[in-house]
Amino acid sequence: MNSHQGSRHITLAHGGGGKAMRDLIETLFVRHFHNPWLTPLEDQARIGLGELSPGGNRLAFTTDSFVVDPLFFPGGDIGTLAVNGTVNDLAMSGAQPLYLSCGMILEEGLSITLLEEVVESMGRAADAAGVSIVTGDIKVVPRGAVDKLFINTTGLGVIPEGVHIASHRAQPGDAILVNGFMGDHGAAIVDARGDLALDNPVESDCQPLHGLVAAMLAACPDIHCLRDATRGGVATVLNEFVQAAQVGMRLEEASLPVRETVRGVCEILGLDPLYLANEGKLVAIVPAEAAEAVLAAMRSHPAGREGAIIGEVTAVPEGRVVLATALGGERIVDMLVGEQLPRIC
Amino acid sequence: MKYVDEFRDPAKARYLLGEINRQIEQIATCQVRPLQLMEVCGGHTHALFKYGIETLLPEAIELVHGPGCPVCVLPMGRVDDCVALAEQGGVIFTTFGDPMRVPGSRKSLAQAKAEGADIRMVYSPLDALKLARQHPEREVVFFGLGFETTIPSTAFTVLQAEREGINNFSVFCNHITIIPTIKAILDSPDMQLDGFLGPGHVSMVIGTRPYGFIAERYHKPVVIAGFEPLDVLQAVAMVLRQIAGGRAEVENQYGRVVPQEGNRAALTALSQVFEVREYFEWRGLGSIDYSGVRLRERYARYDAERRFSLPNLKIADPKACQCGEVLKGILKPRECKVFGTACTPETPLGALMVSSEGACAAYYRFGRLQQQTPAHPQDMMDRT
Repeated sequence: MNSHQGSRHITLAHGGGGKAMRDLIETLFVRHFHNPWLTPLEDQARIGLGELSPGGNRLAFTTDSFVVDPLFFPGGDIGTLAVNGTVNDLAMSGAQPLYLSCGMILEEGLSITLLEEVVESMGRAADAAGVSIVTGDIKVVPRGAVDKLFINTTGLGVIPEGVHIASHRAQPGDAILVNGFMGDHGAAIVDARGDLALDNPVESDCQPLHGLVAAMLAACPDIHCLRDATRGGVATVLNEFVQAAQVGMRLEEASLPVRETVRGVCEILGLDPLYLANEGKLVAIVPAEAAEAVLAAMRSHPAGREGAIIGEVTAVPEGRVVLATALGGERIVDMLVGEQLPRIC
Repeated sequence: MKYVDEFRDPAKARYLLGEINRQIEQIATCQVRPLQLMEVCGGHTHALFKYGIETLLPEAIELVHGPGCPVCVLPMGRVDDCVALAEQGGVIFTTFGDPMRVPGSRKSLAQAKAEGADIRMVYSPLDALKLARQHPEREVVFFGLGFETTIPSTAFTVLQAEREGINNFSVFCNHITIIPTIKAILDSPDMQLDGFLGPGHVSMVIGTRPYGFIAERYHKPVVIAGFEPLDVLQAVAMVLRQIAGGRAEVENQYGRVVPQEGNRAALTALSQVFEVREYFEWRGLGSIDYSGVRLRERYARYDAERRFSLPNLKIADPKACQCGEVLKGILKPRECKVFGTACTPETPLGALMVSSEGACAAYYRFGRLQQQTPAHPQDMMDRT
């Protein structure tokens, strides 16, 4: 870290556009994101259209910002979230993710060692996902103006011809699938905040999903809906689908995959795993006749080993998600109001 | 999951439902009107809806969601006091999560936090004491809320603060007790309850004896019930068996947790630190004598009401709200004039719409299967 003017902490000079900033970009970002689009350090990445067109006939383009406390947690960190979150937003259109940007807002006084860990982690996550971080920006704000480090990533991908995934396409009779245990990320964050001291800590499920989506599309090119179940969890995604498609949905409680430890966390805190955040889980709506084939494709992929069919799309009640409980009763699974708050007793 | 799944077994639930139906056939009252059973505790309300138990019970049983959610019965003036405390310079105001969105007359704690008040959610009063240790230059106030379930932990925390000589910690005490409240409901002239599911967590502390008057004086059966689906179903079956047999007794379904004599250590700490208030205001129910507690004189320095100047105003509930009628079982939540229209979980007018244990919020979130379309189209649009 000698190149950072001897400082081991971020100063306002690192965002000032001068030598300190240039040094930071070259020693951290260019080194860990190394690729031919970034290395020239122009103000923009230049991408040949010819490189894009063989992959499909439409661009997918998305952006997301990442703030998380703590920055590091079992199974990931803010860097892996920033890469995989945007990769997954592209993947949910069926796109092959290709390029990311990285915008960072840093708090004055942030440890450069910590920043390097995050940047290195982003580089590794990008390599693992097969995407390149081709352009970026850093801003430094005075101490207290942000909580340590915020990241924005924008992503670009190409959607293959013939793939038309959209939330309004859910139809009565379709099957509802998820690719594994729900709520791992949400439970990992709760645990990492030190409130529970679990004997068996839960790891975040943070992972890229485009490989899994490609395998599912190979089994059924006509997947109707896909969405990664991040904040608000699976329940929120399903409520968005029923409202967009004007259909109902019926879930079977006994089919919902939830890890034992996560169930335990939910029991202790009065939380519902259907609403807990995920960072590597998707919800798919597929034609009933393709459901088993898609499930088999999911389970043969490392990101979908615990995949399950959890319910079906129904005509009524329109705009509502209903859960058939294991006891044989029924209840509505509504949109989350506010954030889930622990109950007092 | 061990010790949980055993209490959610579908086959055993079917057996208990069969038993409930068999008992119903024995009870003549059911031919005239549905039997009204009050589940006193908000935890039961939550379980009934979460597991869809209401949709499984025969129509001859009407469950009345009682006053046992402490968040729901918190009067607006006390919320205003919380906000005033939180907005005092130098104060860290600590609270459990679910009171955050309860509306005060001007704002909720969540709104006060957004406007800059230092309000922190904690899981236990000991977390608040820890903050007091970490910030000796600040005043840390803990929002003491809840029935006998949570009063002992507040008492132990005050005793711990005294042992350590911590002087920047205090409790804004809104703790309430269940027995006077049940008595007030039983004395209500429009009351037509047939039996009670007694609160499991409260009874873990106070035991089963304090409920004796309900059976003896008011001739209503009481079954102390746990919170798992089979607990609730078994307790309903036990209440029905008493009614069918013409009995009115206090029975304990939750024997694995609730000892007859309660928890002596918890009761000792409770009475050491707290004393009964003559009056305490409840949202929707008015003032109930001897239903609240406050810190004893000896612990005055840990009493936020004595330590800080508070508005301490009595604020009337919004006129349109019928929380009181719902709490007493006179109205079902969806019969309230503003349910699902002016009063929703996003914009609660009444406290019963705020907490996940509140009867109205539970109806709104889980219990609207009968309605094929959203309660209010505009409301759905607002949420998209």
